[in-house]
Amino acid sequence: MSRKNPTPMMLQGLRDSAPFLLVIVPFGMLFGVLATEAGLKIGETMAMTVLVIAGAAQFAALQQMVADTPVVMIILTALAVNLRMAMYSASLTPHLGKAPLWQRALLAYLMVDQAFVLSAAKYERAPELSLSARVRYYVGTMVLTAPAWYTATLFGALGARAIPPGFALDFAAPITFLAMIGPMLRTLPHLVAAIVSIVLALAFHGFPYGTGLLVAAAAAMAAGVVTEQAMGRFRP
Amino acid sequence: MTLTTAEIWMVIAGLGLGTFLVRFSFLGLIGDRPLPPLVMHLLRYTPVAVIPGLAAPLVLWPEATDGMLNAPRLTAAAVTLLAGVITRNIVAAIFFGAVTLYTLLWLIG
Repeated sequence: MSRKNPTPMMLQGLRDSAPFLLVIVPFGMLFGVLATEAGLKIGETMAMTVLVIAGAAQFAALQQMVADTPVVMIILTALAVNLRMAMYSASLTPHLGKAPLWQRALLAYLMVDQAFVLSAAKYERAPELSLSARVRYYVGTMVLTAPAWYTATLFGALGARAIPPGFALDFAAPITFLAMIGPMLRTLPHLVAAIVSIVLALAFHGFPYGTGLLVAAAAAMAAGVVTEQAMGRFRP
Repeated sequence: MTLTTAEIWMVIAGLGLGTFLVRFSFLGLIGDRPLPPLVMHLLRYTPVAVIPGLAAPLVLWPEATDGMLNAPRLTAAAVTLLAGVITRNIVAAIFFGAVTLYTLLWLIG
């Protein structure tokens, strides 16, 4: 690895990732608060936040835990939220696949939405970057945001005890999920997928062990792709 | 929550390991082989296929009110969704939703 100018790339990544702190910090704190309210101990909350680092999946797991879903179904539902990362992994491989194994393991651990979006855009803009420059940029996008996520969760978990019970925190999880939906509705197929997900999840709510949601999610993914194809086919 | 401590740790370990394997899949194990285009397209919709379905029953049948529809909660839900669509910002949407919920709970109770 070239040691010439090792800092600028990492600094660029750090600088580009800084605006995301405005989302990551409150989001992490909210996770800490809700996990604690749900009954997780600080060690459990922090273990989840450090091992998983994926906000939406963590909230999904928490919700299924509160609903007393069986362990396997909790894991499957939260993993379903994270399946998009297989797409990130596949898209990043042409750019990072030749890095040493330990680096690829580190990059995989740090593969969150922000790291992927920033890095994929960077590699597109600057195809001349060396492998080590690409790795440094990617790590740079996470050197601030990953510790910020852990720390925010910790502060949320510690602060949760100070929140009085009359605060209607029962509705914090639904509001968080609803807030995630708007920014996801980027295209018509995304909108169709969301609607199918809602309608079928309500229709299949009585299915045992939370399987209704997984069936609804599978149908919603298919609906997104079908809509996409229909639009392509019928484009004038 | 009635999960035992052991079950909680099973969730944490299972989700942590599973998420890592999803992230490591192509970069670490499969390598530079393209996914079938259909799979790439399906994966694009995973968050938007799961999260709305997770939210819908929580909104329509809130636990705190024993599953009865509740005006402050339903209004707050609508405001949150709308604010997310307009601002494209999760934290802004949570803020508007929370302000709506607490204002209405304070007014109506």
